[in-house]
Amino acid sequence: MGEFTIKDKVAIAGLGETQYYKRGAAPVSEFRLALEAIQRAADDAGIPVTAIDGIASYSNDRNDSVRVATALGLPELRFTNMFWGGGGGGGSGAIGNAAAAIVAGFATCVVVYRALAQGQFGRFGATPPVRTISGPIAYTWPYGMSTPAQWIALRTRRFMHDHHITQDPLAAIAMACYHHAQSNPRAIMYGRPLTRQAYDESRWIVEPFHLYDCCLENDGAAAVIVTSAERARDLKQRPAYVMASAQGSDFRQGATAENGPDYATSNFKTLAPRLYAMAGIEPKDVDVAQVYENFTGAVMTSIVEHGFCHPDEVMEFCTFENLTAPNGRLPINTSGGNLAECYMHGLELIIEAARQVRGTSTCQVKDAEISMVVSGPMVAPVSDLILRR
Amino acid sequence: MPAPEATRDGLDREFWDAAKRHELVVQKCNSCGTFQFGPEWICHKCHTLDVGWHRVSGRGRVYSWERVWHPAHPALKSACPYLVVVVELPDAGNVRMVGNLLGDPQLEVPFDAPVEAVFEDHPEGFTLIQWKLTNR
Repeated sequence: MGEFTIKDKVAIAGLGETQYYKRGAAPVSEFRLALEAIQRAADDAGIPVTAIDGIASYSNDRNDSVRVATALGLPELRFTNMFWGGGGGGGSGAIGNAAAAIVAGFATCVVVYRALAQGQFGRFGATPPVRTISGPIAYTWPYGMSTPAQWIALRTRRFMHDHHITQDPLAAIAMACYHHAQSNPRAIMYGRPLTRQAYDESRWIVEPFHLYDCCLENDGAAAVIVTSAERARDLKQRPAYVMASAQGSDFRQGATAENGPDYATSNFKTLAPRLYAMAGIEPKDVDVAQVYENFTGAVMTSIVEHGFCHPDEVMEFCTFENLTAPNGRLPINTSGGNLAECYMHGLELIIEAARQVRGTSTCQVKDAEISMVVSGPMVAPVSDLILRR
Repeated sequence: MPAPEATRDGLDREFWDAAKRHELVVQKCNSCGTFQFGPEWICHKCHTLDVGWHRVSGRGRVYSWERVWHPAHPALKSACPYLVVVVELPDAGNVRMVGNLLGDPQLEVPFDAPVEAVFEDHPEGFTLIQWKLTNR
């Protein structure tokens, strides 16, 4: 990659989470949740919160960076950044942007946060009862195609048709997430295991997605402290070094009315090669992955596009045994993820990826060295991240 | 469901006006002939700003489909399940459109099945493009 790389120059040094709540159940405001998560991340790193001099987020987080900096009394705000796009596409990218800012010298200690209180602000999965609409959504909404579940189901369906895939891999992904949540007392679905029978009998949301193929919607906040590798080594926790991050979108994936030329894609075909090239590793080197589950179908295609199996091998690769810790070939979503731990727009997946590197996951992969995060599949833009011990 | 309205900047006015005349149009570059949908102010291929509209046959094939069971909008509470199709238009560079497949909502829709556009007029003054299976 020449001299222009963030590889090994930056680390995740602090992790902070509030309690995770069911949707609408947060007892305090979204902004207060954000502040609590940031304070906890700073405490975890062993730095005063006033050491933060940069702020990055994604998905149009409502908790404005200047309000945060003002509320916390940050002496000098040197970097503020918002990753374009909605959903979870920017989670890894926000870490990448924080890393870039540190390597470039814009800031020395950047916090990445995401806070959600849907009781206060409304849901993602419901379509507002407006009377008229215009622009790109006018080509889909009037036909009852208005939610992420519905557009991701259409792409998943075409992929399943092209590669002779049954419901089994989707069920395996959902069951792996729920299985991991049973070891995680922080998880919303802790104590609520998922059997294949319960999966099959759950109601359809939109075929091929049952209820359990769909992410939760939750309240809470999460925050991550990113700083230079050199500084991270002197702080309280074992650093999770950033090997690589990539962000962006493939050719015309923003084309409206389902016109992305490559249709049944998670949008990582150009990103994944860049990610591996910067990290200098191959898929076989990855010990554990946190793959954003808006819906299980997008996890399946993300696993393929990150080179873990060929599209025609999905039926053999995406099994419960292969996807679960500690012994699976590619344990995924080891905290329970968006399906079963908490839907914090995937920042909780980045926190779990760092925990795997620290050795502190509740579903620890033995001697995990290399830990991957995939953010936002089947949206645009998307991003991904590789951490190492 | 909400009614479609042309954007205030006029980008897609011709599409909705044509639908009212029961004509299906997609954008076509006046310079290089590239088809484009949804519309944009520039041709993504040759980058001319001279893009126009082109009437197509309304015949296509099912590229993907889904059966929706959960009503995400209050207006759909009594409409579920229903079928959504993504239709490719071979005579327009395989651009795609989204609509409902009319008929039995329990149908297992064959991929690549031939379909034809159906113009569905609404009393509020707009027309939607729906699809029905054909033999061709």
